[in-house]
Amino acid sequence: MAAHPGGLTAAASAPAAPSAVSVRKLVRSFGTKSVLDGVDLDIAPGEFVALLGPSGCGKSTLLRALAGLDHEVRGGGVISVPDRVSVVFQDSRLLPWDTVLGNVTLGVREHDADARARKALAEVGLAGREKAWPHQLSGGEQQRVALARSLVREPQLLLADEPFGALDALTRIRMHGLLQDLVAAHRPAVLLVTHDVDEAIALADRIVVLDRGRIATVRPVPPAIRSSADAAGHESLRRDLLTALGVEAARTTEPAAVGR
Amino acid sequence: MSAVLERPVAAARPDPALAEQPDVRPTGKRLGPGRRRRLAWVGPLALLLLWTASSATGLLDPRILSEPWTVVATAGELITDGRLQENLALSAQRAGLGLFFGIVVGAVLALLSGLSRVGEALIDGPVQIKRAIPGLALIPLLILWFGIDETMKVLTITLGVFVPVYLQTHAGLRGIDLRFVELAQTVGLSRAGFIRKVVLPGALPGFFLGLRFAVTGAWVSLVVVEQINATSGIGYMMELARTYGQTNIIVLGLAVYGILGLLSDGIVRFIERKALSWQRTLAA
Repeated sequence: MAAHPGGLTAAASAPAAPSAVSVRKLVRSFGTKSVLDGVDLDIAPGEFVALLGPSGCGKSTLLRALAGLDHEVRGGGVISVPDRVSVVFQDSRLLPWDTVLGNVTLGVREHDADARARKALAEVGLAGREKAWPHQLSGGEQQRVALARSLVREPQLLLADEPFGALDALTRIRMHGLLQDLVAAHRPAVLLVTHDVDEAIALADRIVVLDRGRIATVRPVPPAIRSSADAAGHESLRRDLLTALGVEAARTTEPAAVGR
Repeated sequence: MSAVLERPVAAARPDPALAEQPDVRPTGKRLGPGRRRRLAWVGPLALLLLWTASSATGLLDPRILSEPWTVVATAGELITDGRLQENLALSAQRAGLGLFFGIVVGAVLALLSGLSRVGEALIDGPVQIKRAIPGLALIPLLILWFGIDETMKVLTITLGVFVPVYLQTHAGLRGIDLRFVELAQTVGLSRAGFIRKVVLPGALPGFFLGLRFAVTGAWVSLVVVEQINATSGIGYMMELARTYGQTNIIVLGLAVYGILGLLSDGIVRFIERKALSWQRTLAA
């Protein structure tokens, strides 16, 4: 988004365009344990936000709240999301009894559902696999079907909960590229939950670090840093984020250790 | 990122030189049953041979168990005078009707009880009670209510059939992964779409398991109702033969029941394989 020219932008500051996602004073708790403790977050249309945080910091809870999947969870606050929201989970979550095509068209009511699904499958590189059963695909292919399923309904907001967490390192890097291409083509607002700092820097326009139910740090990612690990500022951003996550950035003396 | 989008073109042709290569490899312990082979007929055939041999050598007294060829001859006679077909048709009709109603009732109750808490509260308890009562113990009551005509026979079979269908379908339904329910919600499935796309296919393996119990149960119930209170059917034919000491007809009846049972189980398994072709299990 052009709305983030590189200067620090406060999470709650009103953006110029009407936001795709608006969260105000979000509180969620499981029993007596408070998981989200007053979160404010805006995501502009077409903006890619990565939500970083250690395990148990509430990042999945926030995503599930935006997806409307937390019926049983107590809490309060105001959430506003667009009409068309897609979710990609860490597991591909394909129905084992339906074909690849059937999985992509799941819940699509338009009469040209099949044609649209074929197009989406071609976009993720799976043209010709429409009739396959999910168990006949590799883990990476299954996750690509899940991406096709999320894109076929042209979401205004894409929620992704560690979508590449279960993939091997090589497949994961390929999937990063695929996701970038898809997002560039469809322009949804994206909220990507991850615990991988490098993944967040490589993909996001803005990185939000969540710590113990509160937003601890918000950092825009300048395009130059996003596209190259050698760019000036990449290493300091990485180090800052790791510090915000409570990790001693020991490997910072070896830049580009995680090459891409 | 076009590199991602290319799939490797599969299957280079097998190298003819490979045929002459020795194939030496370490063999690990194989825990699965191995490739699927059509050997279901071996056991029954061995049994048949044993029976024939015992009869031919006189080891088996024909008054205890008729010789296989006598049974075949009896079958020929009964088919010629039409008694076998007539009784078989009546038996098959009873079993078929009972099975049909039982499957419908079992499946519908399972859906009602599996999809709503109210349904479960109302339905599950009574079915569990019914399950605790042996189906055949209900026959005296059923005779008092419905007499000894076809209604009572079909109803007895239905009552025996619906319980396994209900239990297994309900278990299958409750076993559907909650993650799929979440998914259905995020893709905006309607209630009907959810049932059609997620619930029914997810419960299908359980349903088929129940169906196989049900088919076996239908034949068991059939034998009982036909031997207690009937003037027709395979069971009646056998009961009559007992009065006259005709082991050949009794054995023929048993053979017919056996063939019917095997046949119906085979049909259910065939449908199951077709309907559940997405499953990858030890059986495949």
